[in-house]
Amino acid sequence: MEEPPKNEQNQDNQHKQHSEPENSKQLSRRKFLRNFGLVAAGAATGAAALFSGDIFEKSKTKGGKKSVLLTQDNKLVEVDSLELKALEKSPEQQMQLRGREGIPGRRWIWVIDLSKCRNARQCIAACQSAHHLRPDQFHINTLQMQENEHTPAFHMPKPCQHCDNPPCVAVCPVDATFKRPDGPVLIDNERCIGCRFCIAACPYSARMLNWSKPKYEDQDRDLPYNIELNIPQRIGTITKCLMSCDRLREGKLPYCVSSCPNGVYYFGDENEDAVTNGTTKETVRLSTLLNDNGAYQLLSELGTKPRVYYLPPKNRLFPFERSKDAEPKKI
Amino acid sequence: MDENNVDLNKLTDDLTFHIRITRGFKVWMGFLIIGLCLCLYAYFLQLRFGLGVAGIRDYVSWGLYLSNFVFFVATSLIGMLISGVLGLTGIKWITPISRIAEIIAVAFAAIAGLVIIMDMGRPDRLANVFIYGRFQSPILWDVTVVTTYFVLSALLLFLTLISDIAWVEKKTSHLPGWVKKTYQILSLNWTETPEKNAIIRRCVRILLLLIIPCALAIHTVTSWLFAMTTRAGWDSTLFGPYFVTGAFVSGSAAVIIAMYIFQKNYKLQNYITNDHFDKMGKLLALVMFVYLYFNINEFLVPGFKLKTAEAVYLIDLLTGRFAFLFWAVQIGGLILPIIFVLFRKMRTPLPLLIIALAVFVGSWFKRYIIVIPTQEHPYLPIQYVPYNFKIYIPTLIEIAITLSSFFMALIIITLLSKFFPVVPIRETAVERGIIDD
Repeated sequence: MEEPPKNEQNQDNQHKQHSEPENSKQLSRRKFLRNFGLVAAGAATGAAALFSGDIFEKSKTKGGKKSVLLTQDNKLVEVDSLELKALEKSPEQQMQLRGREGIPGRRWIWVIDLSKCRNARQCIAACQSAHHLRPDQFHINTLQMQENEHTPAFHMPKPCQHCDNPPCVAVCPVDATFKRPDGPVLIDNERCIGCRFCIAACPYSARMLNWSKPKYEDQDRDLPYNIELNIPQRIGTITKCLMSCDRLREGKLPYCVSSCPNGVYYFGDENEDAVTNGTTKETVRLSTLLNDNGAYQLLSELGTKPRVYYLPPKNRLFPFERSKDAEPKKI
Repeated sequence: MDENNVDLNKLTDDLTFHIRITRGFKVWMGFLIIGLCLCLYAYFLQLRFGLGVAGIRDYVSWGLYLSNFVFFVATSLIGMLISGVLGLTGIKWITPISRIAEIIAVAFAAIAGLVIIMDMGRPDRLANVFIYGRFQSPILWDVTVVTTYFVLSALLLFLTLISDIAWVEKKTSHLPGWVKKTYQILSLNWTETPEKNAIIRRCVRILLLLIIPCALAIHTVTSWLFAMTTRAGWDSTLFGPYFVTGAFVSGSAAVIIAMYIFQKNYKLQNYITNDHFDKMGKLLALVMFVYLYFNINEFLVPGFKLKTAEAVYLIDLLTGRFAFLFWAVQIGGLILPIIFVLFRKMRTPLPLLIIALAVFVGSWFKRYIIVIPTQEHPYLPIQYVPYNFKIYIPTLIEIAITLSSFFMALIIITLLSKFFPVVPIRETAVERGIIDD
């Protein structure tokens, strides 16, 4: 009766004895791997340190020449010639840089007087020719508006509203569309991936895609990309109203503003509190213009904070003429 | 012990019976691959001539591709519901269908990632998302969570497969040599010990815990692609849960369809039983009820108020151009299936399959009427543009590219279910008391 348990114990012992060496072997392998890892990591760190030290030493001997420079705050400083870099940038890089920085000190603003618009569509023509667009691509479009049969019908030029809280910029995954400090919302079509989230997000339908080969692709192929003009247009990327930033840089009014025959547009600088009429070239005080005419913003309840103001279509000196081209028709 | 061995061998034979290359399999795969190649030619045309080959234009700029993306993300959520929620709460009847749900999750999540690339105007600039990525954009959130969910689902599928394929590799004789070789590599020379089983169990548990919030995130974020805009019809705080519950509906339908096909083709009647169809029918009823509740909220609340822009959109959706599609989807794809599935007789394989097919197709078109009508009704009028800018009609090329996603998903599902035991062997054996855990 006593034997079986003894036997079992024995077996148990044997089992333990048997399992121990195996266990220690496993342990030693693990230990070896751990040690190996430590040594390898140490060696790699050492090699990296030696390598970077070497580069540093070499860099000392290369330079040596000192240049004396005058800084912006009128101090003379001595700088190693190694730290000087040429400011040569390709025209494209320069245009990209200044295109994202904007024009310092400005806050561009736009006022559209609806009582003057007769749907001449000259602004649209000038815009499409400047930006090399197809006839169905509208950076600016004149829409026929009427709330209901008792309210007035009027033509409403609608560019991008260049919102101060732009929904398109908020959703862009790659920072291709961006808000510039001087006001406009621009698009970098060298970076745009064509996801069209901005089109979905824009409540003003102000953005469009180059769905197929742009109209002037072959002709524009070799031009350096001008982010302020968005030329050359690129297939599969967004194009939109740019407030004619290239013209603003030259001190001129936007293409659409200066081509209007009816004096609809005022354009100027919020900081100066002055806007200029594109047709009459008359400059008026912005705050007075907005105040005296009961200015409003488009869909301001959406919180987009547009930089475009509208003056209501009152006291018009001409009848409203409905355009037969407005409504899309089946062909 | 002997009796158990006999049982185990029979179980293994039954559950690996389908792992053989049959004529039917060759014909089916041939069909899928030829179909895929034809559709990829359409994608080649899109790469060459631009997104303009599709019917999308500046107003409706998200069309079939995006609604299809939403559908794929939605259907992939079923892995989380079945394995995650039901599995973690200790519900036993899901054992034979959990792997089906996981395979569907992996296939649909993988293809969802490709579908969104098909929708890009410049797929060659995909790297920009990583180089210049702005983490403030919901697209970045979507990329992050969809990838994470795919990795988690694939890991879950793989971890639960390891012990099964090691077992099958040792115990079966009918498998072709290269299948055995693949099993050997994939099973990582697995030998079964209680400690290793415990590790796997712990890992699976952690994965299941991670998959639940991740799955909620993928579809919530997908809904935010719409809800984060101010557009009438999308501007809704309800969109996250509305999409997630809708996802369970299309996913459950997909699992029922797959269950039926596997049960019949792979001769699994003893494992995927009528009882499982009954239970899945009840689950489908539950998720459809929840989804119906969210639908009532989503349409009745703005419909009661009829705010200017919402009114234009809703009236067109409910009584205008989209009315037929809307009511067909809501009645044929949701209300009628709910009523039918309440009857016990309807929860048997064939009737339930037909109901599930209606729900599945309805779910696809539901995404279509969530995505497209809103864009046809922007705040400002659509004027001076060609007619096809105002009214969106998908082109043949667009439809073919959309179909390619289904071909790819079916290829993945077919391969995974053909070459791996589609019903977990080890878990089934444990459950039936044949082996100890």
